[in-house]
Formats: sequence, C-alpha cells, structure tokens
Amino acid sequence: MDSGKGLLASELDSQRTLNPYVTGTSVVGIKYKDGILMASDMGGSYGSTLRYKSVERLKPIGKHSLLGASGEISDFQEILRYLDELIIYDNMWDDGNSLGPKEIHNYLNRVMYNRRNKFDPLWNSLVLGGVKNGQKYLGTVSMIGVHFEDNHIATGFGNHLARPILRDEWKEDMSFEEGVKLLEKCMLVLLYRDRSAINKLQRRSDWWWWCFMEIGEVDVETRKDRSYLDSGDYEEVTMNKSCSSPRTSAGATLIAKITEEGITVSQPYALKTFWGFTAYQNPTKGAEGSW
Amino acid sequence: MFRNQYDTDVTTWSPAGRLFQVEYAMEAVKQGSAAIGLRSKTHVVLATVNKSNSELSSHQKKIFKIDDHIGVAIAGLTADGRVLSRYLRSECINYAFTYESPLPVGRLVVQLADKAQVCTQRSWKRPYGVGLLVAGLDESGAHLYYNCPSGNYFEYQAFAIGSRSQAAKTYLERKFESFTNSSREDLIKDALFAIKETLQGEKLTSSICTVAVVGVEEPFHIMDQKTIQELIESLEIKEEEPTDQGEAMEERSPEAAPAPMDI
Repeated sequence: MDSGKGLLASELDSQRTLNPYVTGTSVVGIKYKDGILMASDMGGSYGSTLRYKSVERLKPIGKHSLLGASGEISDFQEILRYLDELIIYDNMWDDGNSLGPKEIHNYLNRVMYNRRNKFDPLWNSLVLGGVKNGQKYLGTVSMIGVHFEDNHIATGFGNHLARPILRDEWKEDMSFEEGVKLLEKCMLVLLYRDRSAINKLQRRSDWWWWCFMEIGEVDVETRKDRSYLDSGDYEEVTMNKSCSSPRTSAGATLIAKITEEGITVSQPYALKTFWGFTAYQNPTKGAEGSW
Repeated sequence: MFRNQYDTDVTTWSPAGRLFQVEYAMEAVKQGSAAIGLRSKTHVVLATVNKSNSELSSHQKKIFKIDDHIGVAIAGLTADGRVLSRYLRSECINYAFTYESPLPVGRLVVQLADKAQVCTQRSWKRPYGVGLLVAGLDESGAHLYYNCPSGNYFEYQAFAIGSRSQAAKTYLERKFESFTNSSREDLIKDALFAIKETLQGEKLTSSICTVAVVGVEEPFHIMDQKTIQELIESLEIKEEEPTDQGEAMEERSPEAAPAPMDI
C-alpha cells in the first residue's frame, strides 16, 4: 500500500481533532481575599494569525464557579454545552443542593480524561475557580486529564511566564486591587513575550488589546488611566485611544472575579504598553539565524 | 373459581381503581420485622428488630451502609432489600467518581423510587417486596425518607415500618416535635424506646435489635452490640421509676385501614 497516500487519506477522513485550529492563549487565575480572580485576552488565533478578536474565554458556570479556557475554541464551546446541560439538570432538582467548583473541576477532569482515552481529546487547558460555603477553589485540567489545585494557576505560555511572577509575588489574602494589579502584570509580560521574536510585525499596538472580565468595583475608565507599573520605564507610555469599542479590538483583556456574592466580568480593556525597550529595538540581535 | 379476578397481574386495575399486586407488595413490608428511623437537625438514627427464623439460625441483616453519608433499614423481603442496596451503593459510588462528592440523599431516593415504580407498570415484572428507610446527610442537612414498593416516597421526621410498627409510630408521633433539637444520644434512646414498643412486652436486648447512626462529623455506622446493651441497661434503670409503660400499650389502636396507596 502506498503509505504516503494512505496516511493522507486517513488524516482527511479523521473524525477527531488531530491538531487545534482556532486557539486562545494563556489564562491566569489567582486566589485573593474574597475569592478568585481570573484573566485572559480575547484573541482567537488561527494558527499564528490573530483571526478573532472578541472571543470570551472566561465563563460563569452555575452560581459558584468560573471557567477559563485556552486552546481550541470550538472544543471549549463543546465543553460549555456539556456544562450548560449539567447545570440546568442540577438546578431542576431545586432541592437546596448544588454543584460547587470542586464538583465541576472533577467533572471536567473526567470528561477530559475520558476523551483522551478515546484518542479524541478536547484540545484545551482549563482553569476552574470558584467559591462555595466560604471555601475558595482554584484548579486546572489539561487536555489529557492532568489536574491539580493551587493558589495561582496559569495555562500554556503562562506556565512559563506568569507563574514565576506569581510564585514571587502572590500572597495569601491579597486585596482585590492587589490581585488585579498582579494579574495585569502577568498579562503584560505575556503580552510582550507570548509570541516568538519572528512575529515582530505583530507589535502593532491595536493588536494588543487584552480583555479582562469583571463586574465590580473598578470600572473601565479608572483602569485605563491606571499607571500599571511604577517603574520609570513607563514614563513615555501612550494609551491606544483608537479602541473606542474594545470588544471588537484584538488583545483586549478580560478580568473575571468570583466571590461568595457572585460572578462579575469586566468590560474588555487594554493594558498600557511601552515599546521603547531596547530589547524591542532590534529583537533579533543575539539570536543568530533568526529573521 | 378465583378469589380475586384482578390480582393476577401487576398492571391490571380492579374496578375499584386498585392494583392488587402492588398492595400485596406493600403488605410484605408490614409482615417484615420492624424498622424505625428518626432524625434531628444533625443526626439520623435507624433501628431494627432482628428476628431469626429458628432457634438454630442467626437473624438476617436489616441495616445496610450505602455510603459514608447514607444508610438504609429495610422491612419486607430481605433479598429484594439487598438488591436495592446494591443499586444504591453503585449510584453513590458513580456519583463520587464523577464529582468527588457525596450524592444528595433526596436525589438518590428519587432514583430509587423511579426504579420501584417501573416494576408496577410492566407486566413481566413484580414490585419489590421491601420498604426502605433511607437515612442520610447532605449539604441541606439530615434526612429520613421512606421508600415504598409502590414507587411512592416520603420524607419524615420519624417513621416506623414493619410488623407492629404502629406502636412505634404512636410513640414517635407523641415525641417527634422534640427530635429536631435532640442530641445524638437522645435520638438513640428514643430509637430504643420506639423499638421496645414493637416488641409487645418481650424483653429488649442488644441481640434482638440493631442501631445505626449517621450525622455531622459521623459517617454512617452500625453501633456495636456492647454499647447498645449498656445503653439498654441504663435505660431500664431509669424506666422503673416512672411507669408509663402500660400507657403506651393501651394507646396502640387497632390499625385503621387507610387507603393502601397512602402509605
């Protein structure tokens, strides 16, 4: 048999995800004083093309949980359908019992692991946060069913770029403001670094809207004006004022928070960026062989 | 020729609107030795009377642990009770596998009732001949349910099923209002008193009763015989002072016949 043709044919016929198509990048989540904070951007990349700019990747699940997803967007949508059904069924009992974040996390783990055992994985890394009965919960599940809980969690590139920052700077019982500031710091680093150097053309500032989801104390305007990092490097920072409709802009940041009171998701907003670092003047310097 | 034309099939109605086979199944519950249950805000206690078939045999087990947070007491056909217990156990363990948390008691009871109901509506099946008192704890508190062969289920503060259970019911009805705030120890005492009512003067010993408890910080477990015997002895001493034992015996009314489906 012609092995080359056979392989091609079998790939074309495949009914399962062999590789992701439209993907979302990192999600970062932390515990703070009143609950959980989570952040992600709103991009949907088609390969390395930033194809979609207003994909919401932080979603409330029932009353007590918040789900953030990176990876294949359509698989995330499938997961959301499962969870919708689950939550509706749970509510229909109307008996005073409800699924908390721990239960949802375990359920997701079972779903992910079950699918990988069928060699048909859901191509996502998920972050599940929530509060129930005063108990904070933050966990993650990967596409092959690796799962754990921690005080702070990041998916994808965030594991390499955000978690070292979180390990240094996260502490128990941070205030909301401290928590948001820490997440924004992580998102900013991801924004600067979560692309290989060859994609330097993507440094157009309007590509870098980040969306935080949050319904809460800090409104969009105050956050826009905030000086994100106090370092002198940011003196020349200019905001991208062209983004009058942040939801349709790429790179918008969403922050979501979940507390005992409920889930709130921010309007998308942009982080202040500064592109005058010398490292950005000639990014390929010292990287022999890159273009 | 036939005593009753309408009782050869579970699914056949009598002209009076009754399903005789289902009623016979509920009769089987009344024939079984008594089981009682009662609950406070935090605890549920189950107790059963153990009857052996002969002097030479041991008695059959009437209380089953389903999970750490649920247990059942049965009256009627023990074999059917064991089948249903196995079903309940598997439902609990499957839920725990998926959600890593205990299955809410009320939901388990609904599933059990649905299972029992199917047997009353299929010509090739028979109803289960067993009544179950389901005791359990979940995030909405302590619960006691009674599941009937007819597919009906009810939630109770306190209930008794099985032979001569009316005496225990009378006792429980007189005292149930205080149960809500009872301590665990008081619940167990009331359980023993209620069991005693069903014995019709026969002496209560730890060898003819089983007691089980589930509650906050206390996984479901059957109490050991020695503890029960000590409790019974401590109760007997107290009981000799006030003599209201006879009173309860008189109060036992001949069983008024309720519409069978009501129970």
